[in-house]
Amino acid sequence: MVPESYYLALSAALFAIGVVGVIIRRNPLVIFMSIELMLNAGNLAFVAFGHRLGSPDGQALVFFVMAVAAAEVAVGLAIIVAIFRLRRRLSIDDLSLMRW
Amino acid sequence: MSLAAFVIIALIAVGSALGLVVKKNPIHGALFLVVNLGSIAALYLMLGAEFLAAAQVIVYAGAIMVLFVFAIMVLIPGKEETGPDPRRTLRLWALPVGGILFVQVVALLLLSRVAPAPAKPPVAGGVESIGRLLFTDYLFPFELTSVLLLAAMVGVLLLARRRA
Repeated sequence: MVPESYYLALSAALFAIGVVGVIIRRNPLVIFMSIELMLNAGNLAFVAFGHRLGSPDGQALVFFVMAVAAAEVAVGLAIIVAIFRLRRRLSIDDLSLMRW
Repeated sequence: MSLAAFVIIALIAVGSALGLVVKKNPIHGALFLVVNLGSIAALYLMLGAEFLAAAQVIVYAGAIMVLFVFAIMVLIPGKEETGPDPRRTLRLWALPVGGILFVQVVALLLLSRVAPAPAKPPVAGGVESIGRLLFTDYLFPFELTSVLLLAAMVGVLLLARRRA
């Protein structure tokens, strides 16, 4: 049996890698994929905690996270395509219109 | 035995995650992410969550990644991120920030008092237990999810419509 803490450490590592990806990349599509990575790290932690507590609630939560992630990806990609149509290029540094 | 399997799968997961962050070409990044999602599905199997492993492969590695690859192909951003980075000094902070975050989370896990594992055996992660839970305790969030998906669908249609 692998201890649950190993899964949690792996989840933390994947989340940190996702954060680094969001910060260093300039392509919004890659930033989106890094966000998916972070969502999956959270899901892995949910399943590991549920396994430890012996309850299926963690898995039900992961089910909802998957549904929300699917909706989020669809809307986010549509926004990126709309921005690309408007500007004809795709760099996150150009999108400072709504910045404070 | 299972520990060796875990170490191998974890190495694949971390390596493919690093590949996603490091690779210049977004298509390569997307393929690395597919590998990463598959390895996480394997970890779900090791944790006894069979339904989630199947859903992970179908929903994430199947549907969502197809959407990503499609968007990458449509937007042809293969030539992005080649010029000099205008905010290079700002982005040099990324590694310290990520490292500090990782250390913080691991320290939190090490320091926190985790309750001892209950004596009852782990539940089966099959379709039956999840489905029973979704249609009893989580019925209202489940129905809300359908509304959310409908709203996302309508919103995407609105956003993707070519303005006449």
